[in-house]
Amino acid sequence: MNTDNKLFDLQHAVVSFRIGGVLERTKLIAVNDVSFSLSSEKPEIFTLAGESGSGKTTLARLLLGDLEVTSGKVYFEGRDISEIRKPAEKKAFMKKVQPVFQNPFETFNPLRLVESYLFDTALNFGIARNRQEAADVVDDALRQVGLSLAEVTKRYPHELSGGQIQRISVARALIPQPRVILADEPVSMVDASLRMEIVNLFRKLRDEQRVTVIYITHDLATAYYISDRIAIMLRGFIVESGPVEEVLGNPMHPYTQLLKESVPEPEPRVKEAWAKNISLGATEVKEYSQIGCKFASRCPYVMDICRQVNPPDVQVNNRIAKCFLYTEHARQPEATEAQDAPVAQQ
Amino acid sequence: MTLLSVNDLRAYYQTEVYGISRTVRAVDGVSFNLYPNEIYGVAGESSCGKTTLIKVISGNIKPPLKAYSGSVKYDFDGYEVDMMKISQEEMRRAVRWKEISYVMQGSMSVLNPVRKVIKTFEDIVETHQGIRDRKAFLEQTRMHINQLGLPAEVLDAYPHQLSGGMRQRLAIALATIFHPKLIIADEPTTALDVVVQRGVLQMLKNIQARSKNTVLLVTHDMAVHANVANRVMIMYAGRIAEEAPTEIIFKAPRHPYTRHLISSLPMIGVRETKTGLRGAPPNLANPPSGCRFHPRCPFAEEICRVEVPELITIEGQHRVACHLVKEGKL
Repeated sequence: MNTDNKLFDLQHAVVSFRIGGVLERTKLIAVNDVSFSLSSEKPEIFTLAGESGSGKTTLARLLLGDLEVTSGKVYFEGRDISEIRKPAEKKAFMKKVQPVFQNPFETFNPLRLVESYLFDTALNFGIARNRQEAADVVDDALRQVGLSLAEVTKRYPHELSGGQIQRISVARALIPQPRVILADEPVSMVDASLRMEIVNLFRKLRDEQRVTVIYITHDLATAYYISDRIAIMLRGFIVESGPVEEVLGNPMHPYTQLLKESVPEPEPRVKEAWAKNISLGATEVKEYSQIGCKFASRCPYVMDICRQVNPPDVQVNNRIAKCFLYTEHARQPEATEAQDAPVAQQ
Repeated sequence: MTLLSVNDLRAYYQTEVYGISRTVRAVDGVSFNLYPNEIYGVAGESSCGKTTLIKVISGNIKPPLKAYSGSVKYDFDGYEVDMMKISQEEMRRAVRWKEISYVMQGSMSVLNPVRKVIKTFEDIVETHQGIRDRKAFLEQTRMHINQLGLPAEVLDAYPHQLSGGMRQRLAIALATIFHPKLIIADEPTTALDVVVQRGVLQMLKNIQARSKNTVLLVTHDMAVHANVANRVMIMYAGRIAEEAPTEIIFKAPRHPYTRHLISSLPMIGVRETKTGLRGAPPNLANPPSGCRFHPRCPFAEEICRVEVPELITIEGQHRVACHLVKEGKL
């Protein structure tokens, strides 16, 4: 398979963990049969969205090379990342794929000066040979996020605001001139008035620095605002993916529909759909071990087959939905429950 | 009738470490009223004084927090309470949990992890009311849980067997067991997923609609206020910037801070560029002079740097603290 012109290419990636003690052992599949690819020619913002426990962070660790697949393949620039083992190669990979984490105050040691992280990154990756050179590199990176070295010098994390320090962690990630920035919930700990500033920064990086951003979030409103494509995750599976305007504008998968409906809109009066009572499961863990579609127990359009077999990926125009509603099966007469199934308007 | 009236409240944190004293003016001149049968939203960024305000009005004033001046007075159907004067004993016996209860952000962890959920209910009821007839208590608790739409089986489960959303709803069930007049909910859904958040907020709304009491809902999430609250207060740096019925806050905000906050909210369906606000929220140990928003305000004039704007009523229940609005320039 040709993976050369792809930045990242995941083919049926699976990550499973064994949980429990000696007596009771179960397998938890945190990333289940995930396939997607990112183009290396056209930078984009790709969002992985889902609720807690949907496998977003495990997938992020996989993409950072921090975890290995249990089965399936992950290619980066045409290379299987499980074969990247030599320290020099590993470093070259890390230079190209840089993370930004959720809580900026936990990313930085409170007892260390913030700038030391920036200098360390520049020196360790060999971007600069000495501190003087590094100062230029660091200043450059900080200017890209709207700060400067002078503003940051001799400051500890607590002396900076949440927005500033999160921009500094983006600046740190930019020092090795990466091709991909992987941002795991970068704005969930940042105040509302500063949030848009970070989000806009990702747009700017895509357009001006040609960096591909993988944006991991549970916040569908900011996801809609910045991303080009989105993948919705549920219990390890990607249940729907495609261009963000289509997926969130007119969701196909019943789970995406529920998610979209549950996002409170900042508009009083447009409340009817949101105010409709919903039932919540008492436990969440069970859904992981459920056979068939993980959403079957909550799905209003559930059919018998949903509880027996994993639904296939169905391609509809330029998006993919993992749901029996869009297969031949749903059109057969015995599947009466599916008659009131939502038909995505194209 | 007024349930709670807060008048010019000032509550500061005062610390003295190695001879260096520091005063953080977390709540600085706040006045507002709460009425029966409403959901009142309090919004603001982190460290704007939201939590300090709740601490004072719920009677949790412990050093280094000190209430310097102002008054916090309740009227629970004729039973009047002055939070500044009440004794700890009376607070425990008659007010806390019976008249005012409190749901916190991580309140799913109020449940004792090594005992069944029902035991936590038992502890609370025993402390505040005493249990004479265990059967009647069990019956009552089951009924209460059922009324809230939760399955009675959860009472016999251990907390770790339940999902975060279920535990948060149990925390609300605990808080409402004596049908208090005021429920204070501090970021009750911040750590939850959107679907679960919706379930928890719906339950809170249903309880309020049924028992016609007052809910004080504190969250930084404006979208939650839009869907739940009847009136909203916007706090900035320890003071009230604006207060109005929810519709007005969203449709016709006046204060420059509120206007920015509303216009920058991301929404599904909108991709036009929205800007952030320059600068950072002020440090309350050393707040800016005059209007505390002036260093970040795009319209600031000389008067804003010098004089503290008073909170004026511009129309009905709509109050704003801004010089420019007062002068008719905004």
